[in-house]
Amino acid sequence: MYVAVKGGEKAIANAHKLLAKDRRGDTALPALTLEQIAEQLYLSISRVMAEGSLYDSSLAALAIKQSRGDLIEAIFLLRAYRTTLPRFGYSKPLDTAKMKLRRRISAIYKDLPGGQMLGPTFDYTQRLLDFTLAANEEPSQPDIQTAQIEDDEDKPESTPRVTEMLANDGLMEPDATIDEHHKVGDLTREPLEFPANRDLRLQNLARGDEGFLLALGYSTQRGYGRTHPFAGEIRLGEVEVELYVEELGFDVPLGEITLTECQMINQFAGSSKAPPQFTRGYGLVPGQAERKAMAMALVDRSLRWQELGEDASAPAQDEEFVLSHSDNVQATGFVEHLKLPHYVDFQAELDLIRQLRENWFDQNTPAEDAAQEAAS
Amino acid sequence: MSTSPKNTQSFNEHYNFAYLDEQTKRMIRRAILKGIAIPGYQVPFASREMPMPYGWGTGGVQLTAAVIGDKDILKVIDQGSDDTTNAVALRDFFKQTTGVSTTTSTKEATLIQTRHRIPEAPLNGDQVLIYQVPIPEPLRFLEPRETETRKMHALEEYGLMHVKLYEDIAHFGHISTTYAYPVMVNSRYVMDPSPIPKFDNPKMHQMPALQLFGAGREKRIYAIPPYTDVVSLDFEDHPFTPQEFSEPCALCAAENVYLDEVILDDKGSRMFVCSDSDYCEGRRAQGHKGHMAADPVHSNELSEA
Repeated sequence: MYVAVKGGEKAIANAHKLLAKDRRGDTALPALTLEQIAEQLYLSISRVMAEGSLYDSSLAALAIKQSRGDLIEAIFLLRAYRTTLPRFGYSKPLDTAKMKLRRRISAIYKDLPGGQMLGPTFDYTQRLLDFTLAANEEPSQPDIQTAQIEDDEDKPESTPRVTEMLANDGLMEPDATIDEHHKVGDLTREPLEFPANRDLRLQNLARGDEGFLLALGYSTQRGYGRTHPFAGEIRLGEVEVELYVEELGFDVPLGEITLTECQMINQFAGSSKAPPQFTRGYGLVPGQAERKAMAMALVDRSLRWQELGEDASAPAQDEEFVLSHSDNVQATGFVEHLKLPHYVDFQAELDLIRQLRENWFDQNTPAEDAAQEAAS
Repeated sequence: MSTSPKNTQSFNEHYNFAYLDEQTKRMIRRAILKGIAIPGYQVPFASREMPMPYGWGTGGVQLTAAVIGDKDILKVIDQGSDDTTNAVALRDFFKQTTGVSTTTSTKEATLIQTRHRIPEAPLNGDQVLIYQVPIPEPLRFLEPRETETRKMHALEEYGLMHVKLYEDIAHFGHISTTYAYPVMVNSRYVMDPSPIPKFDNPKMHQMPALQLFGAGREKRIYAIPPYTDVVSLDFEDHPFTPQEFSEPCALCAAENVYLDEVILDDKGSRMFVCSDSDYCEGRRAQGHKGHMAADPVHSNELSEA
């Protein structure tokens, strides 16, 4: 019996032991080190840091190891740990134009100021299983030749974003401005309320489940709230984080973080609220997470229907639907809580269904049967 | 009935008392005070991620963490029992992070965190009952949008709920909600009592203990101050009726308590036992004996206690 009248405590302790044993697996094999996970499974680390909302690759590696590779469980571990960390303050806004680029592509211009830089990507690989890896051998280290931008003396301080180039012509809506006195929202400190401003929506999406955003973004491409998107620009690289320290009176650099940014550009025929122009969806995710950044940008654009005077008809446009269901820690908790005992409620439902069945059979018994029963 | 002594050794020095930092506790306490000031009103609060999953009591845990002090004696029940898996896990969590004493005795407890039940023994004014709430919004399944339901509460516009109850009566001849049965608090707010069976609803009315409700995932706290009117929604010609059981508890012979049906074999034999395990044990200790109390299978289970 899974809920014995007594003995739950012992059963739980045993379940924990079994879990620990299964987690370690065959002890004849060496245990994974956190460094191995952080170095060789970096895209898992990326996802766990982004959706766990905590930028720390060694903690993410620990979470992945402890969760046996279940990334949502790892995200959950990181979130729970994050709760206990005191909040010192908020960093200065990041400037992604100043990103130290490792990858930068645009799908709308063949060439553009700053150039196309393919960087580390699966995009142009053939998806063939590489059996040299299976034999634990490394393919011979390729001789990496990249444009010598990094050594270049006149390397630009910053690389302009494609959207800024288009904005100069008025064809592109300008960067969204924010009122100087608008306090940027933080849904980890204030409960999310609807309708939500774009700052909160973007924060929600950046923490949101990659799979959920992928499906929603995909749905907009298949006609559920079509937005005619182009990948204006995707960039990956490192950006410096700075904190303004009141006591010192100046900005203090805290270090660099890796970011993936996507600017989706959408055709827009105009409405009563806005002239015909290209509009934008924005995706920004910590770590290397192109799929997520792109999906996020698609969903962000869809959620802007009201501001642009479009009609809403699709799930991806429905703010309450999207924002209330994007968080995988919330979702997995509530789905999996169905495993908890529900026998008090089930007992109440048992009574009800018995009563409903009784009524149903009373009403649906053919008259003659009833007459016979009455006679017998 | 076991009361474990304070366990200061297990207090984990890596975490603050009761896990949450003091700033967060203060934020939660503010929400609690607001909830007490407006009985039945759902106060939004910045719910934190807790080290147990959403849907497993994070709202209740945050409330308990915010109000617990080192002199408190904590009882945690799930489905009426202290020994169900999640009750054990949550009790251990607080033992570890606070070192407070825990108990299974309803009488001895100062704080009782519960899921889906109100204990059978009446509570007193020195106790706090903390409910874990999955969906705090009583109107949610009638209107999925938060923007709409908040408006409906603000305007005291509860017609939709009454229509739902009326339609039940039109279809079935009675109101077909059996748990999470909506109540009117202090003649103002319609409130979801959490998925307790409607059997427990009358216990909320004029209860001497403070009742706190926490929904972590949905980020809402609400409260019923001591001695507040809590009325289950009904109609004059179709008054509210709690569940009734045709037989007493098979172990302690208690009547007028909520019973769980336990299936004994694959041939349809079953027994009914108290859902509130502490209440049942207490009665048996006093010598009450149900018609199946001597069953060896069950006396085995009980002897482990």
